[in-house]
Amino acid sequence: MREEILKSSHFKELVKSKNTISLILTLLELILYFGFILLIAYNKDFLGQKIYGPVTVGIPVGIGVIILSWVLTGIYVLWSNRVYDEKVLKIREKLGGE
Amino acid sequence: MTETVLGHPTLTGIVFFLLFVAATLYITYWAAKRTRTTAEFYAAGRSITGLQNGLALAGDYMSAASFLGIAGLVSLKGYDGLIYAVGFLVGWPIVTFLIAEPLRNLGKYTFADVVAYRLKQRPIRTAAATGALITVLLYLIAQMVGAGSLIKLMFGLPYEIAIIVVGCLMIAYVLFGGMLATTWVQIIKAILLLGGATLLVLLILYQFGFNYVELFSNVTEKYGDKFVQPGGLIKNPLDALSLGLALMFGTAGLPHILMRFYTVPDAKEARKSVFYATGFIGYFYILTFTIGFGAAALVGHEIITKIDKGGNMAAPLLAEALGGEIFLGFLAAVAFATILAVVAGLTLAGASAVSHDIYVGVIKRGKADEKLEVKAAKIATLCLGLLAIILGIVFKGQNVAFMVGLAFAIAASANFPALFMSIFWKKFTTQGAVWSIYSGLALSVALIIISPTVWVDILKYEKAIFPLKNPAIVSFLGSFIVGIVVSFLTTEKEAEEKFEDEKIRSYIGIGAE
Repeated sequence: MREEILKSSHFKELVKSKNTISLILTLLELILYFGFILLIAYNKDFLGQKIYGPVTVGIPVGIGVIILSWVLTGIYVLWSNRVYDEKVLKIREKLGGE
Repeated sequence: MTETVLGHPTLTGIVFFLLFVAATLYITYWAAKRTRTTAEFYAAGRSITGLQNGLALAGDYMSAASFLGIAGLVSLKGYDGLIYAVGFLVGWPIVTFLIAEPLRNLGKYTFADVVAYRLKQRPIRTAAATGALITVLLYLIAQMVGAGSLIKLMFGLPYEIAIIVVGCLMIAYVLFGGMLATTWVQIIKAILLLGGATLLVLLILYQFGFNYVELFSNVTEKYGDKFVQPGGLIKNPLDALSLGLALMFGTAGLPHILMRFYTVPDAKEARKSVFYATGFIGYFYILTFTIGFGAAALVGHEIITKIDKGGNMAAPLLAEALGGEIFLGFLAAVAFATILAVVAGLTLAGASAVSHDIYVGVIKRGKADEKLEVKAAKIATLCLGLLAIILGIVFKGQNVAFMVGLAFAIAASANFPALFMSIFWKKFTTQGAVWSIYSGLALSVALIIISPTVWVDILKYEKAIFPLKNPAIVSFLGSFIVGIVVSFLTTEKEAEEKFEDEKIRSYIGIGAE
């Protein structure tokens, strides 16, 4: 059974799709956070600009990093629940419903 | 507001605290009857749902230090406090994308299980447990010392008594109730903390007609426009990058967090639980940010710094100003509950590294029956708990702030790289893992000693030898490089062959426990 799984194109495709999604989302998170840090380090003036009354650009940006991080985990979980789990189920069924 | 009852035991504070203790001890009694096997002691019998574990993860992570500390930082420094709050959240997506599911599928009780999956058991478990234990101990000392000081500030209880009360309760939860009791303590604490913080934010916003702009106007009128702009926290970009790496990858290497993924039945629940946890923690930091601004507006810097220079009492003072003695008592009891829950989680993670990895994995070479392992885990819990009490008292009055930063640096540099490479890299070898763990550990510790954090702030030398405050940028990358180079220099046929089996189990969960 082990050989069967390893040889099956379904399994290879499963591993590849999951690694791709994980990699893309990890990169997005790294860009999001370190982009924020670098913006603070190199362009404080931009973040310090007022956009609405006393509210500066930095406030929605900082809160936005928190919310977007959560949204990214949501995208991952949604993809896994809808797509990944289906694929796993198919591979398991092919093997005689283990 | 001129008078505060802060620093004196109040009736409501004591009543809320006793209610919490009674409820958690009852849960411990209930859990004790369901804690006999190793799977029950370490992993609550894998009976926790995704949502419950999400709350418990949040409970493990949201410490009193981060609640009171970040609210205080925001109240005094304004926008700069938000930068910290963001840093503490961004590790969670990394846990979701890379770690949670493989960890759940491959391991049993500790993250060392995963690293040792296809490598040589004894050297790996020794190294991984060392990394885990040092992370846990540093974090535990920082929490205990913080607990003693905070409880003294809030209730006026002597430092040593506070430490002993916290220590005894945490030992009771873990020793008798294992992971099941610890999980429910975390869940209750998380609900209380999120509920209390939400209520406080509603009271703040009520003062400003539920309009954030009014709140920001108030603080900028008082403290100037600088208060809502990034200030002096990030001067050196490299320093910021290094701290960022420690916070981000350290979260994904904290043993007490990783251990929680074994409490759910499968990888799907594990993945759901991190999604919930990230949401709760993100929401919590947004609340904390608002509380900081609320305290700056409604309590004011003068009173906040009079009570505690670091601003740690900003949130309790605000609670008293808006909700009177009753709300202060409630919030103080919540802070106490928060401390208890975090130290209990840490103790359990530390004890499992000792009993599951060192005693059973290394000394007994993996051969020990259930009863013996549970007994070993309980003895380890007791020893670690007593050690935490002693260290908490020994470190009284010491500057332990660096310990949290160091714990995160070690988690990011010793624990995370080995865990990550063992999951994803076929050619990773035992030697590579062992060297990666020890070099990450040694680099973190050595560099933090000669960094401004210890060399200047504690040892009082004029100029630091290593320029950055947090060593992670060197130790994290160094650990990866060492692990890769050593793996290339050594080959391990057996480990390479087993990688395919690991892949099947990691990706589709066949054979997972």
